[in-house]
Amino acid sequence: MSGASVTRGAVAPPTYYKVGSIKRERRWALIGAYAALAVFVVFFLTPPFYMLVTSLKSSGEIADLSGNPWIVSSPTLENYRELLTQGNYVTHFLNSVIVTLAVVAITMVISIFAAFALSRMRFWGSTMLATGVFLTYLVPETLLFIPLFQIIGGLGLYNNLLAMILIYPTLTVPFTTWIMIGYFASIPKELDEAALIDGANHFQMLWKIFIPVALPGILAAMIFAFTVSWAQFLYPMAFLVSSEQMVLTVGIVSDLIRGDTFQWGKIMAGALMAAAPPLLVYAFLMDYYIAGLTAGATKG
Amino acid sequence: MADGNVVMARGMPAAVAPPQKGTLHRIARRRSTLAFLMTLPLLAVIGGLVAYPFFYALYLSMLNKRMTRFVGIDNFTFLLSRETFQAVIWQSVLFAVSAVIAKALIGFILAHVLHALPAKGQRKWRGMLLVPWVIPPAVSTLAWWWMFDPSYSAINWVLTTVGVPPVAWLGEPSWARFSVILVNVWYGAPFFMIMYLAALKSVPDQLYEAAAIDGATGWQKLRYVTVPMMKNIIAITVLFSLIVTFANFDIVRILTNGGPQDKTHIFGTYAFQVGIQSGDIPLGSAVSLFMFPILAVFAIFVLRDVTRRNKEMTG
Amino acid sequence: MAQVSLRKIVKEYEGGVQAVKGIDLEIADHEFVVLVGPSGCGKSTTLRMIAGLEEITSGEIAIGGQVVNDIPPRDRDIAMVFQNYALYPHMSVYENMGFGLTLRKFPKDEIRRRVENAARILDIGNLLDRKPKALSGGQRQRVAMGRAIVRDPKVFLFDEPLSNLDAKLRVQMRTEIKKVHQTVKTTTVYVTHDQVEAMTLADRVVVMNQGIIEQVGAPQELYHHPATRFVAGFIGSPAMNFIPARLENGAGALRMHLPNDIVLPVPASRTQRYAPHAGREVLFGIRPEHLTEVRATDKPNIATFQATPEVVEPMGMETLVHFWMQGAEVCARLDPAVPVEPGRPLTMAADLDQMHLIDPVSGRVL
Repeated sequence: MSGASVTRGAVAPPTYYKVGSIKRERRWALIGAYAALAVFVVFFLTPPFYMLVTSLKSSGEIADLSGNPWIVSSPTLENYRELLTQGNYVTHFLNSVIVTLAVVAITMVISIFAAFALSRMRFWGSTMLATGVFLTYLVPETLLFIPLFQIIGGLGLYNNLLAMILIYPTLTVPFTTWIMIGYFASIPKELDEAALIDGANHFQMLWKIFIPVALPGILAAMIFAFTVSWAQFLYPMAFLVSSEQMVLTVGIVSDLIRGDTFQWGKIMAGALMAAAPPLLVYAFLMDYYIAGLTAGATKG
Repeated sequence: MADGNVVMARGMPAAVAPPQKGTLHRIARRRSTLAFLMTLPLLAVIGGLVAYPFFYALYLSMLNKRMTRFVGIDNFTFLLSRETFQAVIWQSVLFAVSAVIAKALIGFILAHVLHALPAKGQRKWRGMLLVPWVIPPAVSTLAWWWMFDPSYSAINWVLTTVGVPPVAWLGEPSWARFSVILVNVWYGAPFFMIMYLAALKSVPDQLYEAAAIDGATGWQKLRYVTVPMMKNIIAITVLFSLIVTFANFDIVRILTNGGPQDKTHIFGTYAFQVGIQSGDIPLGSAVSLFMFPILAVFAIFVLRDVTRRNKEMTG
Repeated sequence: MAQVSLRKIVKEYEGGVQAVKGIDLEIADHEFVVLVGPSGCGKSTTLRMIAGLEEITSGEIAIGGQVVNDIPPRDRDIAMVFQNYALYPHMSVYENMGFGLTLRKFPKDEIRRRVENAARILDIGNLLDRKPKALSGGQRQRVAMGRAIVRDPKVFLFDEPLSNLDAKLRVQMRTEIKKVHQTVKTTTVYVTHDQVEAMTLADRVVVMNQGIIEQVGAPQELYHHPATRFVAGFIGSPAMNFIPARLENGAGALRMHLPNDIVLPVPASRTQRYAPHAGREVLFGIRPEHLTEVRATDKPNIATFQATPEVVEPMGMETLVHFWMQGAEVCARLDPAVPVEPGRPLTMAADLDQMHLIDPVSGRVL
């Protein structure tokens, strides 16, 4: 120890930077970091903030061009009250809830079974199918909505909420299956074998071992399915026409814009309430939300 | 001495060895049947609602408008000859490429800044920065639409206050293009940030320590440690985002609906307008299908990177 | 009544690779048998075939007299302890141990009785409510054993259960396993690559290599009377020395010509045994512990020779000395009091009563 310090004292290291500046450098870097963050937080949070501001204004205040649009002078909950008591907003909200719950349930059942089979029971074509699942995930909804429009029409499901429940899984199942394959594959093989020796059959193995062990993954996959179903816009836009059948994403616009009369206060209130469920899920289950998002990168 | 313990075919018929096809075999067979049944719903979804519609789209795109006659590739050649459609191709490429570049850069910067923060504050900042990605774009775009409103624009109010002339955000073609890209960047940059952050966290600290001892400056660490370690994730995220952005619908549809003068139409919105709104199903299918070769190329690259990453992580 | 019989067991993987090439083994009731060998020798595969986790390509396995080839693992009445323990992470220790019984629909109080009994044997009664994550390596190991004990199966199967533990704990758990076996007396098949573990635990050791059984025998028997060069080299640490030699019949007595012009006489007791091989190249095998400094001793059949140590490793209780004889590295175990240094010639004593001669072609001990 002492030998080392003597050497350091005797032979001065070549100085490429000012000695002793590390602390100062780090402080400046941190200040710069916070400044950059502040700028982006403002940029990122302005639209939701403005949504909130507008939703609290009366239509009179919105139309008044003389004031500062970023502040509310006389806040009111009138927009929210009207939305929840008149018109179809509540119906749209319930429709969104029904579709989303159904789709999440269907998605999880399909993808858990498929992922269990694909990760644990090798069978003819299983690797090809796993690749196929991933490729399906890369198919965007804008590629196939027109043939689906025809197919839905052919099934007599045009302008029917059921059509959403039928089609949304194409957007959710591939990715959730992919996530679940990753989670199941990370369960050590010895666990199955121990269960096999303990006397479990395949369903008991799935139900008593795999599902409990992969619960964080299941939660992440459910959150993913939930956000995708809740946010879907193109399919309801194309396949739903009457207001009672609509879900939130399309309902707000279709009901609150009459010709060129925009009820901005109500639109913003409706939008904010529509954004609330995913925001709440995100706020309370942030780690699972992020795990689901990044699963594609870290697991696959 | 060893032989005493090994029983040599004691009272066994000479041919004990024929491979026995018994219960275990049947179990194995039943197992693959079971596996097939378990994947059946998945196969039904992929086959019935992805593969079949795809081929159906191919068929549809080769019919005439009333869907009474087979016209071959006429729809495709017709589209290619139209100036509007040529513009749609160009606009889609412009939209996707510039938005993805901006998202990737902003995401990269934010991920780095976040990563440099002490762990305690990181969560809070990350939480706020991911909000644009969490709100359904069909909903958040409404707020942007309202902020871009020609007469009530709150952004213009700020501009006027600081002495800059107001902008016709959605009224003038080049500004409208800028606006849809801006909103897309706003929505998508957090995704890049979170992906990069996950990748950054997976780079072992020892590598940076080793690089620091080797005399690397901050910039050199970024160049020789961070970027090579993250290369694959960057590639996957960029390719994935290119696909999604290229095929975007929500933002353009709500903000401009393709206008002014079709100057912001991209494949998705144009297909919707042609196929659903104007009722020309075959032509709309053809518009959508034009995306396919481009998407397929991206998808092949994603798949390649994903397999490579899998190999790296397992091997 | 749970003997295990393996008859002409072959395991062939897809692509024609034979992991196990037709082995026969008879394991008696209450016996503790250890399968030992280097990695890839087929020992784990054999164990997994007994468990029913691998299909048997050909041959027959019987447990307690019943052929089990076609019986799935759950109906074979066996319990297995895995290398990484394979505890169910979401279940408490109690639930882990009781899982097998729960699936078999045992009454609740019977499960409780058995789990508590096993917990007492293993001294883990205070851990029953914990999750595996909150346990140390040694505790997990005990739980894994507990899971096997509560089932009260016909056979215990252990697949390298100690290799994830650190050296100290390994020794401790080794004793523990032996104690448990003496308590419950269940027939046990234990797989390890560690010959010390094999020697200390086993009633009988089965040495496997490249898919075949090299030798079966009690630990002492394998040590003193290895049947093949492989067994001779595998059992014992440091390993037996093999020195190329030539067996000559000169002047009515057999002599071994070693490199460096060293000639050693063959003890009279072995003359008859080795006589047929006179004139042949052989391998002279001797363990380091039988190659020492010259000691004041009245033992007959000690031969002395000169050697120059090249590496000296003081171990405390002994000093290991390495020298080379025509490319063969030779190790000797010396009393630490003997002054040795590299490069200074030394007189060595070889206890020829403990020597072995090995046919270099067939690998058989002559």
